[in-house]
This record gives sequence, C-alpha cells and structure tokens, in this order.
Amino acid sequence: MGLGHLASRALLRSSRLGASKPSHHLLRRTVVSTPELHNSEAAAAEAQPEPDLPKRTPVAGARVHFPNPDDAIEVFVDGYPVKIPKGMTVLQACEVAGVDIPRFCYHDRLSIAGNCRMCLVEVEKSPKPVASCAMPALPGMKIKTDTPIAKKAREGVMEFLLMNHPLDCPICDQGGECDLQDQSMAFGSDRGRFTETKRSVVDKNLGPLVKTVMTRCIQCTRCVRFATEIAGVQDLGVLGRGSGEEIGTYVENLMTSELSGNVIDICPVGALTSKPFAFKARNWELKGTESIDVSDAVGSNIRIDSRGPEVMRILPRLNEDINEEWISDKTRFFYDGLKRQRLNDPMIRGADGRFKTVSWRDALAVVAEVIHQVKPEEIVGVAGKLSDAESMMALKDFLNKMGSNNIWCEGNGPNPNADLRSGYIMNTSISGLEKADAFLLVGTQPRVEAAMVNARIRKTVRATNAKVGYVGPSADFNYDHEHLGTGPEALTELAEGRHPFYSTLSNAKNPVIIIGAGIFGRDDKDAILAVTEKIAKNINAVRPDWNGLNVLLLNAAQAASLDLGLVPESEKSIESAKFVYLMGADDENVDKLPEDAFVVYQGHHGDKGVYRANVILPASAFSEKEGTYANTEGCAQTTVPAVPTVGDARDDWKIIRALSEVAGVNLPYDSLGAIRARIGTVAPNLLQVEEREPAVFSSVSLRPDVKGTIGKAPFGSVVENFYMTDAISRASKIMAQCSALLLKK
Amino acid sequence: MLGRLASQRLREIRQVFRQLPQVSRSFSTALNYHLDSPDNNPDLPWEFTDANKEKAKEIISHYPSNYKQSAVIPLLDLAQQQHGGWLPVSAMNHVAKVIEVAPIRVYEVATFYSMFNRTKVGKYHLLVCGTTPCMIRGSREIEDALLKHLGVKRNEVTKDGLFSVGEMECMGSCVNAPMITVADYSNGSEGYTYNYYEDLTPKKVVEIVEAFRRGEKPPHGTQSPGRINSGPEGGNTTLLGEPKAPPCRDLDAC
Ligand code: SF4
Ligand code: FES
Ligand code: FES
Repeated sequence: MGLGHLASRALLRSSRLGASKPSHHLLRRTVVSTPELHNSEAAAAEAQPEPDLPKRTPVAGARVHFPNPDDAIEVFVDGYPVKIPKGMTVLQACEVAGVDIPRFCYHDRLSIAGNCRMCLVEVEKSPKPVASCAMPALPGMKIKTDTPIAKKAREGVMEFLLMNHPLDCPICDQGGECDLQDQSMAFGSDRGRFTETKRSVVDKNLGPLVKTVMTRCIQCTRCVRFATEIAGVQDLGVLGRGSGEEIGTYVENLMTSELSGNVIDICPVGALTSKPFAFKARNWELKGTESIDVSDAVGSNIRIDSRGPEVMRILPRLNEDINEEWISDKTRFFYDGLKRQRLNDPMIRGADGRFKTVSWRDALAVVAEVIHQVKPEEIVGVAGKLSDAESMMALKDFLNKMGSNNIWCEGNGPNPNADLRSGYIMNTSISGLEKADAFLLVGTQPRVEAAMVNARIRKTVRATNAKVGYVGPSADFNYDHEHLGTGPEALTELAEGRHPFYSTLSNAKNPVIIIGAGIFGRDDKDAILAVTEKIAKNINAVRPDWNGLNVLLLNAAQAASLDLGLVPESEKSIESAKFVYLMGADDENVDKLPEDAFVVYQGHHGDKGVYRANVILPASAFSEKEGTYANTEGCAQTTVPAVPTVGDARDDWKIIRALSEVAGVNLPYDSLGAIRARIGTVAPNLLQVEEREPAVFSSVSLRPDVKGTIGKAPFGSVVENFYMTDAISRASKIMAQCSALLLKK
Repeated sequence: MLGRLASQRLREIRQVFRQLPQVSRSFSTALNYHLDSPDNNPDLPWEFTDANKEKAKEIISHYPSNYKQSAVIPLLDLAQQQHGGWLPVSAMNHVAKVIEVAPIRVYEVATFYSMFNRTKVGKYHLLVCGTTPCMIRGSREIEDALLKHLGVKRNEVTKDGLFSVGEMECMGSCVNAPMITVADYSNGSEGYTYNYYEDLTPKKVVEIVEAFRRGEKPPHGTQSPGRINSGPEGGNTTLLGEPKAPPCRDLDAC
C-alpha cells in the first residue's frame, strides 16, 4: 500500500471521527491533489474513487454483533473498509459492507455446504475465485465483488446450473419469486452454450403439503440440511453422484415433520413448492398483509397473501424473538379452512330444530330478550381459543354489566390462576430458551402443542447439548430426551432431590422448567404447580437474572384472557346455567349444561359449538379483523384484516357492543381505539404491541401455600391431532389430508 | 458465407455423432430410488451372520465410539459380500441400525459409490474397466465379447445367476490394460475375492469366464505369458543396474 493511500485512509478515518460531512469532502480533495499522489497507484485510486460511504447500508439490515470487541478485524470489500468480528465469512463481511452476494446453498440458519459456487468472489492474492460463503474472512483481506473475474465466475456457474435446469418458468409456481430466476437475470450471462439434452429426475412424493418437481432441483441441499438440522427428521438425502445426483428419500417416505412446509420457502428454485397452492395464483397478483398466526399460542408472525376476498397462502415473516423465519405446517396450510363451513348470516333455531336465517336486528333482539329473563348468576360466557383481547374485554364487560361474572376462556380450566402474570406465561421468553442448558418438560409435548417453541428447544439442544427431562405420556420428540415418568410422582421425587435427573437440573446454570397448559384442567393443578415451584426453587431456576419457570400455553386467546382476568366466579357455573354465550368456544364441554339452557354461539365456523346453539351470530375470523393477541411469552401482537369478512359477519367486539345496546346496557366504547383504551385500564401490557413485557413478580415468592395433594393420575396428552386443534383447522381439507396421511398411528 | 458453411459443417458432424449408438453410461446397478420388489423390500428380515457380527464389531472398534458412523463403508461392503454381491434395502437399514444413524444417511453412501450394487448381480460380477487407457487398448471389444458370450446386457444377470457384467473406472492397472475385475461372491463373505485379470483379449476373457463356469479359479494378474506382473515382456529393458546414489545424500561429498 502506497503512502498516499495510507494517508488518505488515515485522514478519512479522522474525518469520520470528528468532522462534519462538508469538511470531509474537502479533506479528501486536498489529499488527492497532493504531489506525492502523482504516482501510478494514485492514478488508479483516482480512476476508482472511494465508494460513496454513506450509501453503504448492510444488506437486509444485517446486524453486526461483536461478542468480544478485541476480536474485530478489518477487511476491505471493493476497497471499502468494514469492521467485522472474527469468524465471520467473506460473504457475511460483504453483507455488512452492503454488497449482496448471489447465493443458492448458503442460508444463515443452516450449516454451510459450499456446493453451489454461486457466491464466488475474487480475493486479492488468491490464485482463483473463492466461495465466499465458506471462506472465513481474514484480517486485511481485500475482497473484490465486481471485478471481471468475479462476474465471469458467476456467469459460468450460472451457465452450469442452467444446463440441467428445465427453464419451465412459465409453468412453475416459483416463477416471480425464484432465486434462480432473479439471480440469472442479475448475475447470469445472456446466452448459454449447452445444446445437448437435459437430464430429468423422477418426482418424489413428500406428502400432501410439498409438491416436488425434482428436475428443477439444483442440488443446493438446503432442504436436506433443513430437514436434518431444524426439523429433526432425517428423511431427505442426496442420492447418487455426478450428473445422476438427486434429492430424495430413497424409500417411499412422506416427510412427517410439523415444519415440513418451510422447505418450500428455503428451496431457491421451484423444485419444492406448495401442493395446496399449486397453480392457484401467481405471486405478483397477491396482496400481502402482515399479520399474526392464531393456530397456537406462539403467535408466529405471518404474511397473509390474498387475492380479492380469498386467502391464497400464508408465509412466515421474520421475527427473531418468536418464530425466526419458520412456521409450522398448521399455520401455513390451515387457511383453506377459512373458506369452508363459514357462518355468514345470523340464524335462530326454530321449533323444528332447524336454523333459520334472520336479520341482525331480530337475532340481537332475541338474545337481548332472553338474557333479561334469566337470573344474573345463571349467565355464563365462554371465550373461544381464537378470541382476540378486544372481544374478550367486550364480552367480560357486557356480562359484568348484566350482573354475571361467570366468564372464562376455554383451555384455562375451571379455576385459572390469573393473579400473577408470571404464573401463566413463558417467563424465559421463547428466544431466551436458547440460553438454557437443562430443560424439564412437565406434561407438555411441545412438538404438537407449540411447534415453534419445540424448534427453539431443539436448536438449543443441538447447539449446547442441553439435557431434556420429560414427565408425561410417551411422546414423539425430535431431540434426545430422558423420559422421567408419566405421572406427578416423578415431580415429587425431583422436588425431594431423589430422582437421578435432579443433579442434571441442579448443576445447570440456566435450568428451564416448562409446564404444559394441559394441567390446567386437572383437579390437583395447584398442588402440581406448587411442587414444580419447589423444584424451581431447589434448582435455583428463578433468580433476578433468570426466570426459568414457564408455562406453555395452548391457545392464542389464553394469555390475553388471563391478563384480562377472565376467571369464573364459580367452578360449576355451567351446570346451572340458563344462558350461555359461546364466543367461538367449540371445545368447551357442554354435556353438563341443563336441557333448557339458551345457547348463543358467536363465531366464524359451523363447528362443534353450533350443535347446541339456539342463536348463531356470525363473526369474522382472524384474517378478517383487527385484534390483539398475546402469545405464550406474553408478547402482544395485532392481526390486520387481509380479506373482507364473509356474508353478514361482523367483528366480535362490534357484535357484543351492538348487543349491549339492544339489551339496554350500553358499553362505553364504540371504536377500536376506545376499546383498547379500556383494555389499557385492565391489562396495559396488551397495548405494548410487539414488545414483550416481562412479568414483574415471580409466582415462586408470592403464591400462598397450597393444601391439596397431588393425584396419582398420569399426565395426558392435550393435543391428540396436531393438524386439527381449532375450528379453522378442523374445517380445513388440507389439514384433514395431513391427519389422514401423516399422523403416526 | 464462410461462417454459415462452418456452422453447416458443424451440424453435420453433430448429426454423425448423434447417430452413433449411445453407450449407456450407468455405473451403478440401480436407480437412485428404491422400488419394492419381492426380494428387495424393507420388510424382509436381514442381519449379519454371527461370524460377520464379530467382524462388524471389529470394524467398528477401529473408530472412536462417538464416530461409529465412520464404519459405514466397510460395513456396507461386508453386508454386500454376505448377501451375494448386492445390498437389499433391509441390509442398508440393518447397517444404519448398527452404526446408529438414520437409514437415509446409509442410502446416501450406498448410492454414491458405484461399487455398492443395489440390484442383484451374478455370483461372479465382472467389471470391465472403461477408462481411457483401457479403452484405447480395446476395453470396448472386451465388453462386447463378454456380453455376447453371456447373452446379457450390461448390469443384467445371466439366467443361471452366475455372471453379470458391469463397468467401472480406472483400477490403476493401466499398464496392463485392458483389464477386468472379477468380484467372486460364490463363497460368501469368507471366500470373497476381488481379482484383476489384465492384458486381456476378447478370446482370453471368454476363456476366463468359462473357467469360472467350471468352478475353477484361473490365476489372476496379467494374462500375457511373457510378462511378470507389470514388467515388460521378455524381461526388463531399462534401469538394469543399481541406481547411483544421489550426490547430496552423501553429506561429505557435497
Ligand atoms: S429441492 Fe430445492 S432446496 Fe432441495 S436441494 Fe433441490 S434446489 Fe435445493
Ligand atoms: S452460496 Fe457459497 S457455495 Fe453456495
Ligand atoms: S484405465 Fe483401466 S485400469 Fe486404468
């Protein structure tokens, strides 16, 4: 490096430190005109002026995190210096420098394969182009990404990739969002020299969700790495060699993973596409709406792609704290349930037992009349598992005004503990699970209850070799675990330190206990919670800097309902109820309901709740309304309407608001803003949208002593069928196919 | 004008080559996916014999206990010898169980290496080297002679189940090209041999096959009477004396 260059860099740096921009330009100009720069190198520097510094922004918001500031190294990307931590690859360094390197096999959440060679760049002093994704950046490396060599290398690789690629973009579902298409436009050559015949590959059957056109595959092996590393099902592999190489399962094997849909997203070409979405729409016709998933309590961030009034597909949205960039198959594919078995008109059951369509006015009048005829303590309200916070607030306020306090959310059990927030949310937070080094799962099978939480646990187990102990019925895990027992006795043993697994827990630095929401339905719930808290205390899981005692909820509505205090006054109220308001509650056991009780079902699907209903009030589904949901870690997020509601359906809270007026007990809010302000007075954390509000007090220190004793009954599994857990997924044809084909019998 | 002529000529040349009967280049004996058949499906039981179990244990002991999967190739080889020269899917599953990996990881290896046969082969599997030196020295004729004599296609087994012919790449005997390899599975994994027959002619190779059919074990190595191993016919012609000592080895001399 010539002196001139050095000087210019030193000046540049000092100017970046202190001086404002104009003077910085000035300084540079002075340097360029100094006589010592009149040598050949200076001429080169002049011909290639330093890139415009402020323009460089890291690609896709790539963040640089320095675990140890001493480990920072400096490399030059196209002459532009960047500081990166040691151990980053050349490709990552380029990203930080704002240069997008084309790639197919590299994916930042998967291991590095380095087999597509698309990411070739030139590195000074290296005799040939290097694969930047697999090359660690070294101090002072001079990386060149736009030289003729780099460009030619990419064009060459692209030509090879396209050699056996069918180029059937017009009939390919990936068309328009295909990495190969985009990158061949951006980096490829405009001609090819291959005139022979192309190879073809037999399509594989991976099940009802993933469609394969294996001739399009470019053998990047992303799908194989995803299945092995993230989904934890070793079904896919690279078979054969050379030009005969193909991706497959060798033996006929469906992909039985709850995350299998994600291979559709990571496949850079159209080899793996969505079967239900096949030939349904082109991606540029779709309107994307950023929303929240409600199929489980994780609240995965999704994008709902719709065309006109129809939801065409659901894709994940990046959220490092919740779902990273994956979603479960239920989240991705249950959308077709939104089109089937919908309730679109208010209906009243006539004397002959048949439903008759009526107007909203008549339906509400009937409900208002009946509710005034029963005693306040005979009124019961149940919120369903898909309810948003606004409608639960409205329902609670309405029934309270009618004099009843018997209102709860299904899945919370007869006697929920809503007093301490830490007693029902995931205190560690989902991303916090990655810091754990030992897990104790109590009566929960996260793989079916919350697939994204399970993916996190698996990630942790893989990364840190964390030990997992599990108490509950025998279940399917995709990581190593120790089955400690099926019933609560195992917990007692752990609490007393008699169990061999106890030492693993107590030696762990950050132990995590996860209690499944399935125990909410048990009579000895409090005793079990008390015992678990004792374990937590003994193994020091709850400390000021670490709260490892968690509850894993099952439904999207649960956390918000407990935040809002939807706790019934009496546990048995349903047995003496005369008026029951089911707000989308389909799984509540209504067998004990008296014969003459009047049941109002407000919801969007003609599901189980409708069988017993006297009046049906059609409501909008999560894709059609704006609503607040709190996920299992207590993070409030809002859905956004992506499509219009069907028929005459209305938003839940609006129905209740209208009903309150007909019933003569006006609720004091009539806009979303007003009802949210009301929520703010009860549970302000629900207004902190997209920001997780940790619970302040830990239940360990505050819960009163529990008298009850622990029962003998073993823990049950709460989710029998992963693919069908709520009204929408039960109405979905795709989910029905999945449960027929993929469930392990 | 010239350019058009040239391209015309090029097209003609291409046409000529197109018409050549295309020799199918399939090295492996099977497809890259499995299709169930009565003698090859995952439900058939398969296990190492007791003797081979010992051998397998011995093989695994060569590797650190947490890297058992490193034994996949030798174990597949053992399984192939035991099963008469080919690997049914249940054998691969068994190997996967022994080394504690998912079956697909074993399938990947077995499909990658063309010397693992995934369909039936004959008791004597004859592998003709098709790489350049052998090809120049007439390996195509050798293969044609074999196929014609046995009346089979490549990778097909004769009716009596004795022979099958395959192709493989250079075995390092180019100096004695052309050559074939005979994998002898007629005596299980104990009597398994894998011998080279070199310096062949179409006539010689048929004689060798016939000797095998009679149950003999023809001597392997070069078939040219005048040669010893890879040495030239009629004895060595060069490098006859002792080599001179390299000058700088002798430190005093420098
Ligand atoms: S199917 Fe797609 S993801 Fe899998 S290797 Fe082929 S191109 Fe890559
Ligand atoms: S992205 Fe680097 S080799 Fe594929
Ligand atoms: S080319 Fe046939 S052995 Fe080398």
